[in-house]
Amino acid sequence: MTQQGVRWTADQVLALAPDAASRKAGSKLGAAGPWSEAGSSDEGTVWGLCKGSGSKPYQTVVDIADTAGPAYKCSCPSRKFPCKHALGLLLLWASEDGAVPSGQAPGWAEEWLAGRRKRTEEKRAAGASGSPTAADPEAARRRAERRAERITAGAGELEQRLTDLLRTGLASAEQAGYGLWEETAARMVDAQAPGLAARARELGAIPSSGPGWPVRLLEECALLHLLDQAWLRRERLPDDLAATVRSRIGLPASPDGPPLRDLWLVLAQYDTTDPKLTTRRIWLYGTDSGRTSLLLSYGAAGRAPELALPMGLALDAEVSAFPGAGQLRAALGEQFAAPSPTTARPQGVTTAQAAVHYGEALRHDPWLDSVPVTLDRVVPTPDGDSWQLADTDADSALPLTSTARSRPGLWRLVALSGGAPVKVFGELGHRGFTPLTAWPEGAGEPVSLC
Amino acid sequence: MNTTPAPAPPAADWEELVTSALLGTDRRTPPGHAPGQDAPVALLDAAAVETVRRRAGLCPARAAQRPEPAAPDTRPALPVAAARRLAMLLTDRPGTGGGGRRGTSPDLMELLPQWLTAANARGFAAPVQALPALLDAARGRTDLRPAALEFAGPRALWLARLNPDWRFALRATPGGGTALPDLDAPDQVQLLWQEGLFAERVALLAAIRAQRPSSARELLVTTWATERAEDRLMFLDSLRMGLTAEDEPFLEQALADRSRNVRATAAELLSALPDSALAARMAIRASACVAVDRTREEPGLVVEAPHECDSGMERDGVVAKAPAGRGERSWWLGQLVEATPLATWERRLGGRTPKEIVALPVADDWRSELHAAWCRAAVRQRNADWSRALLGTPSAPEAGGPGAVSLAERAKLLSTLGGGERADWVAGFIASQGLSEAFQLLGVCAVPWAAPLGRAVVDALNIARDAGSYPWSFSGVMGLAERCLDPAEASRLDGLLAVPDETEDAAPGAGGYWAEAFQRLVTTLRLRAAMAEELGAP
Repeated sequence: MTQQGVRWTADQVLALAPDAASRKAGSKLGAAGPWSEAGSSDEGTVWGLCKGSGSKPYQTVVDIADTAGPAYKCSCPSRKFPCKHALGLLLLWASEDGAVPSGQAPGWAEEWLAGRRKRTEEKRAAGASGSPTAADPEAARRRAERRAERITAGAGELEQRLTDLLRTGLASAEQAGYGLWEETAARMVDAQAPGLAARARELGAIPSSGPGWPVRLLEECALLHLLDQAWLRRERLPDDLAATVRSRIGLPASPDGPPLRDLWLVLAQYDTTDPKLTTRRIWLYGTDSGRTSLLLSYGAAGRAPELALPMGLALDAEVSAFPGAGQLRAALGEQFAAPSPTTARPQGVTTAQAAVHYGEALRHDPWLDSVPVTLDRVVPTPDGDSWQLADTDADSALPLTSTARSRPGLWRLVALSGGAPVKVFGELGHRGFTPLTAWPEGAGEPVSLC
Repeated sequence: MNTTPAPAPPAADWEELVTSALLGTDRRTPPGHAPGQDAPVALLDAAAVETVRRRAGLCPARAAQRPEPAAPDTRPALPVAAARRLAMLLTDRPGTGGGGRRGTSPDLMELLPQWLTAANARGFAAPVQALPALLDAARGRTDLRPAALEFAGPRALWLARLNPDWRFALRATPGGGTALPDLDAPDQVQLLWQEGLFAERVALLAAIRAQRPSSARELLVTTWATERAEDRLMFLDSLRMGLTAEDEPFLEQALADRSRNVRATAAELLSALPDSALAARMAIRASACVAVDRTREEPGLVVEAPHECDSGMERDGVVAKAPAGRGERSWWLGQLVEATPLATWERRLGGRTPKEIVALPVADDWRSELHAAWCRAAVRQRNADWSRALLGTPSAPEAGGPGAVSLAERAKLLSTLGGGERADWVAGFIASQGLSEAFQLLGVCAVPWAAPLGRAVVDALNIARDAGSYPWSFSGVMGLAERCLDPAEASRLDGLLAVPDETEDAAPGAGGYWAEAFQRLVTTLRLRAAMAEELGAP
């Protein structure tokens, strides 16, 4: 592959930044000024020396060909990851003005790269010979049994809470406030059922969520009850549904699907943060198989997760699905080449087909909030205080979710459309559609909306 | 989601379930509850089935009225590299972190205005996905608005109608984003002129004036008598563009206006017409005040300022009441000379050239007053010969200090000269007077600076560094240089990037800060060169 072929756009580079301040600092360093001895190799390594405030320039090297997304090393003291120097270096490399010529990596960069490659090899070799945790299957089985017992106790307790609530009436929940459900959620954490804990915590927020809350509270109580009951009767469920229930309860699983090799188009990448954890979601679309897969990766609070696949690139790789019917979550396996630009676009559907798609997905997983869909030829249309995506060729439309309406991406979508049809990828659920990426009609690069 | 659940008979059952759930099963038995069953569990079971059924049965909503498509933008798309550059310039927004000492990296936001000017000069269309960020940037910085809105094009106005945050774009565009009527359709023009909002009428008048100056004046005459005083002032001001002798009769009439401001503006416009009757009247009055003194060996000028401001003078726009601290007679003299065609003096003062006239000594301390009035006249009448004479040579000792002509007046005089001459004069000024007074003069020079001017600035900065001061004493000029120096000059700065050895009399650490400032200058110049190259030749 040529150098030209793997070049990223500035947007793709900036998507790696852990926060806005880094984006700004990195942008400023994306010019030739402070850099010296910058270079890149055909294998996908970029290096350079950046003049800082000290006498000794910082040594920065980025391995963009790494199978787990770009890897960075910089001698600066920043604890941001990637640091502004790594971002600046990638921007310089992306800017195409010949500031980063092809060449041979200097000693200090080569040393780090060789070390990384060796560790990756070792990990791969270790993975092939079986994981060390499988050492004592009997102990592992006993641990799993003990955990199942605790979850069963937790689910029973949660059922008691739900029936108590329904006996006295939802109207009383308005006065009870957060406290009751916070406490219940904490009990579910103790019962090692994080899925139940998260759902219990959300119940507490519903009574203050505006008009129509009793309906939403009843729906969520009923689905939580359904999950409790499914867990208590999991032995009688078909294997696939039982796997889905276990993942909804929050039990860990390993990807066990057969590895599927495809040219995977990165449809979208976005982060959600809570005080303790940053969760990154990456949607992939197999350009041959037509499959959509979700990669999840996590970072401790304030740090960007390590896996980064910029939107719009495509990667030749294997992914393996997690257990469960209709399960979209997958794990990235072997990558055969570095991510590279593509003009491929996902196949799209009408709004009606998208709604059917969500309905069918609920058959496999009734707790599903949304499904990924690509809408073809839709026009962003104002609808009172709200917005919807209307089919160009039919009188039907999907409303946007309230979160989508409040994000700046909405206006990029409206600007891109200008009243004309566009192709939009996003998540569709019972709350509406959340657009994540859009393509203009005709040629043109995809535009990130998240 | 305000989509419709699938039509199905048990919809009523769902309502019943919600009611029972709200009141509690102790008070109300849920529908379909069999005896012997635990009522809350039965309710939850039924609700779970209904919830999944309702969600699975969701259908799309009816489409609302789709927006009118945006007007097409026929300009060519930006080259890919330039589009990336724009994305980066827009990423660097105020309030996105940073702050403190500037260091060696360029200030991207400062380059955005220049980038926009270059992109507009080349006639490129903005990438549509960049429009929201562009509108947000223009919202925060009014100085950016004209260039940003021109670049943003018709789709930005289309967006601004959908988002109240961007209403300013509609206000900033003449006609509020609605197109002006066809100027060849007299009915439509008359309708807008009679019934339009004030801003629309100003925009209409300006648009007509730009194409057919006399039609604009004729339109204005039709309603002149009924307009309010402040509106008359604004309308009259729009005649400044494309002013010709044809406007004179109308302006003469306006000299009798009820409003003093309207009279003053009419007089100002007339005096900019050297052949106007008003200019001739003023010339007679002014000539009576200034004469060559032939009683001495060396010829010189004597000034006899007017002793009164008569009604004729007042009618011609002379303001009778002097501002506090100024003598009445010198105040009147200044106004007469300012409104007098400059050619008058060459005839009146013995066929001398402007240069010779300016060089004449002036008796009794009237020199400053007379020269200042000539400066205002030279600027108003765009007279390059007189400007040159009044500017004098840049190396003259009084060019930098308090002479007869102030720096502010020099800056205005420079603006009447051609770009090359202007740059040469300022370069000469900097070479002999240094940088401390040059800031104002640099502001009127064309960008990028001509080579001799750029060289003079860099040399002066180098001298300032060697003199041992800190670079922030020159941060204004340094900032201007980052924006205005020709990027081709970047290589000349290479010798200034190193940290020099500290000498005894230098300010501590200054050398390091200077090196940093020069590095930033070079980095910015390289970046500007790259920006220009990405946008292609004009």
